[in-house]
Amino acid sequence: MSLLHWAIFSPFLAALFVPLLFKHFRSIHTGWFVLIVPTLLFTYFFQSIPKTSNGEILSESLAWIPSLKVNIDVYLDGLSLLFALLITGIGSLVILYSIFYLDKTKEKLHSFYVYLLIFMGAMLGLVLSDNLIVLYMFWEFTSFSSFLLIGYWHHRERSRYGAQKSMLITVLGGLSMLGGAVLLAFMGETFSVRELIGKSGELTAHPVFNATILLILLGAFTKSAQFPFHIWLPDAMEAPTPVSAYLHSATMVKAGIYLVARLSPVFAESGLWLWLIAGFGILTLFWGSFSAVKQTDLKAILAYSTISQLGMIMSLLGLGAAALHYENMNENIYMAATVAAVFHLINHATFKGSLFMAAGIIDHETGTRDIRKLGGLMNFMPITFTITLIGALSMAGVPPFNGFLSKEMFFAAMILVTEMDLFNLDTWGVLLPVIAWTGSIFTFIYSLIIAFKPFTGVFRPEMLEKKPHEAPIGMLIPPVILASLVIIFGLFPNLLASSIIEPVVAAIQPGLAKNEFHVHISPWHGFEPELFMTIGVIIFGVLLYLTLDKWNKIYGILPDRFSLNRFYDALIKGVEKVSLSITKLFMTGYIRTYLVYIFLFFILSLGFTLFWKDAFAFDSENTAAIGIYELILATIIAVGAIAILFAKSRLTSIIILGAVGYMVSIFFVLFRAPDLALTQLVIETISVALFLLCFYHLPKLPSRKEERMTFKLNNALISIGVGVIVALIALSSHSNKLFDSISGYYVENAYKEAGGKNIVNVILVDFRGLDTMFEITVLGIAALGIFAMIKLRLTKEDDDG
Amino acid sequence: MKTNDLILQTVTKVASPVIFLFSIYIFFGGHYSPGGGFVGGLLASGAIVLLLLSYDIKTVANILPIDYKLVVAIGLLIAALTGTGALIFDAPFMTHAYQYFDLPIIGHTSLHTAVLFDLGVYLVVIGVTMTIIQTIGESE
Repeated sequence: MSLLHWAIFSPFLAALFVPLLFKHFRSIHTGWFVLIVPTLLFTYFFQSIPKTSNGEILSESLAWIPSLKVNIDVYLDGLSLLFALLITGIGSLVILYSIFYLDKTKEKLHSFYVYLLIFMGAMLGLVLSDNLIVLYMFWEFTSFSSFLLIGYWHHRERSRYGAQKSMLITVLGGLSMLGGAVLLAFMGETFSVRELIGKSGELTAHPVFNATILLILLGAFTKSAQFPFHIWLPDAMEAPTPVSAYLHSATMVKAGIYLVARLSPVFAESGLWLWLIAGFGILTLFWGSFSAVKQTDLKAILAYSTISQLGMIMSLLGLGAAALHYENMNENIYMAATVAAVFHLINHATFKGSLFMAAGIIDHETGTRDIRKLGGLMNFMPITFTITLIGALSMAGVPPFNGFLSKEMFFAAMILVTEMDLFNLDTWGVLLPVIAWTGSIFTFIYSLIIAFKPFTGVFRPEMLEKKPHEAPIGMLIPPVILASLVIIFGLFPNLLASSIIEPVVAAIQPGLAKNEFHVHISPWHGFEPELFMTIGVIIFGVLLYLTLDKWNKIYGILPDRFSLNRFYDALIKGVEKVSLSITKLFMTGYIRTYLVYIFLFFILSLGFTLFWKDAFAFDSENTAAIGIYELILATIIAVGAIAILFAKSRLTSIIILGAVGYMVSIFFVLFRAPDLALTQLVIETISVALFLLCFYHLPKLPSRKEERMTFKLNNALISIGVGVIVALIALSSHSNKLFDSISGYYVENAYKEAGGKNIVNVILVDFRGLDTMFEITVLGIAALGIFAMIKLRLTKEDDDG
Repeated sequence: MKTNDLILQTVTKVASPVIFLFSIYIFFGGHYSPGGGFVGGLLASGAIVLLLLSYDIKTVANILPIDYKLVVAIGLLIAALTGTGALIFDAPFMTHAYQYFDLPIIGHTSLHTAVLFDLGVYLVVIGVTMTIIQTIGESE
């Protein structure tokens, strides 16, 4: 166990003690104890920055299942460190925020912090794992803990719905990711991500390469809420706001992005990878920002905005993969896309976290998050307003905030797409910057909505549940920290450049690390096209925001029926309905139906095998001569068996059955099996007696008249089929005897070895005595069963049976 | 109307010992001639059933105060112990041994542990058959 392992496991360990602390220190908010963990972890990861920026990689291994090559291998490079810092840093802020957000007397804090710590540990494990299976394990841990956190207020129906929806979608993706991981390991013969990256060249030609890409991407897209799997994220907003801020803006939704970035070196050679990520990313960007404008709930706007920003990061990662194909260029311009992705990832975590916290403050202090009810809060909550304004303007991409810089870099990367001549891309490439630009206008609009709708305009106290006032200082500290980061990163972006972004880019594009590259983010880079694009976004954005009431009817054009949520609900209902009706179709509850299935399967499978293998054979060489006695007996048995079918009374059937049994015992006599004949005779007598007993006790109902069995064609066909198949198989197997019987041994040794002359009995008690022992056990169980059934009638007193 | 079963009962008195003897004969002869524990057990219970038919359950229970469930258990125990006995002599489970002895009266005879196993079978079969028949007969 290295320090790095302790870092991953410490939140899990701490989670064990949370309920104890909650129980014994009721006067202190449990969050204060919990706060220690992420703060310590943050300090630990923070002091590793110099190491990774020098290109050092910290790697540790802990044996778990060595025989299956599944070990808890962890390693810390630039990419892992960035995520670890986000997780622990924002984790600390969120816990501090939640201390003031959640009431210590009314809320079940112990469960909340246990879930949150499990989530934090899982997320750390996810980003630090080198082993794909361990990574998958932590991946599912995040899904489960997120499920628990979304359903934290489980008495609310919407919470349960949102939790279930997010669970279904992310677990669908998680399982497909597991499939992808297994295929990857199958191709590269290792679970280690680093070894796979080393082998990336030889993997590309593998036949399952593209399937692996699809499976892995399905996992990443569902987790990171990419179109069309984004629908779970808005419903996950039923979670407490600290959870939304933490999971659904800064950490869990970025797990998919982490996965894409981490596996980028393995897959980036492929055009499929590049275009799927870039295409779905840009589509998500547009759809997310377009849908965000029509929302009226603050958190729903933020949810859609998260979706859209995640799409933006995703598309940048996709374009960054193009860098591999332009290695010869002096200045690799496509690498800039990756830099932009990483930079925006950091920026998004800062401003989205602060926006969620601000939204939580508004909700907490006014009792509603509906922007139609809110208004004029500026005078009551000046600090919250400032925070929101900074966050929203940064999100919109307005200078001097950090969002401006990453948005500029995003546009620059998108313009480069048009110059790309890869993978038969001709004029279609123009679509990307156009969609990106349109999406950004909508981003601008909803950012303005968030910043101004709640704070400006008319103050309507009658719509609010509480009298609004500024939040307590503890609740303001975390968003203030995040908002200051927004400004600091905006003014001094190069603070991050060499310390964090460079090692991350080196991790995402290891092939380029050899070349000397240097990330430099300048706030001002001359009159480039991207600057005019930003100016255009601002102008159009402001214009459209001001005329919002006039054009927002376009959202009514697409009826609710066609929304993806409706589709999801219909799918879930449909699956339930279809499976129910399928089950009802064949599970009739009648034994005769099941017998029909069993016999049909029997006929089909055996008949097909017989036909397929061409196994039918008839060979009369080994057959004995048929004597007159056998003929007579066989005729009697056949007549008897058929007569049972046509017997009118049950008594007749029983007696014919007995006759058939006695005939069988005579057969045994004929074929020289005296033991069998004796046993058969006695057993037949007993069973006929038992049948008569059953017959005698049949209830005398007027409806139960004794009738001949009705003829049913299906039943007749099936029974004839079974008979024919069995006969064919018996004939074939008799004609295909490959080996001599082993009975010669028994004949020789029955007296010599076992001291008996009755070979049957010697076999029963000596050679194969074990069988006999358990057969008498079966008899014993049967007797006790009958005894118990008859004597223990506990169900009904008046039940005479 | 009370029927007079005198003939049946008298015949039973004569027949059932004969059936018993035959059953024991079949049982002991099992190793050399057709028969063995299974058929022997069935015949023995046949004798008891004949008693049941001619008398009533209570009378038979007085004559033969046996709990047949116990007989099943004893039979199983004998069979299992016979198998386990081989383990003591460092032989695999269910290894039988036999030896010839010169016994008084009968003379040169082989004694075989397989007969003990067969005795288990015999008892189980009697116990099972009688438990089933008695239980069904008593139930109303």
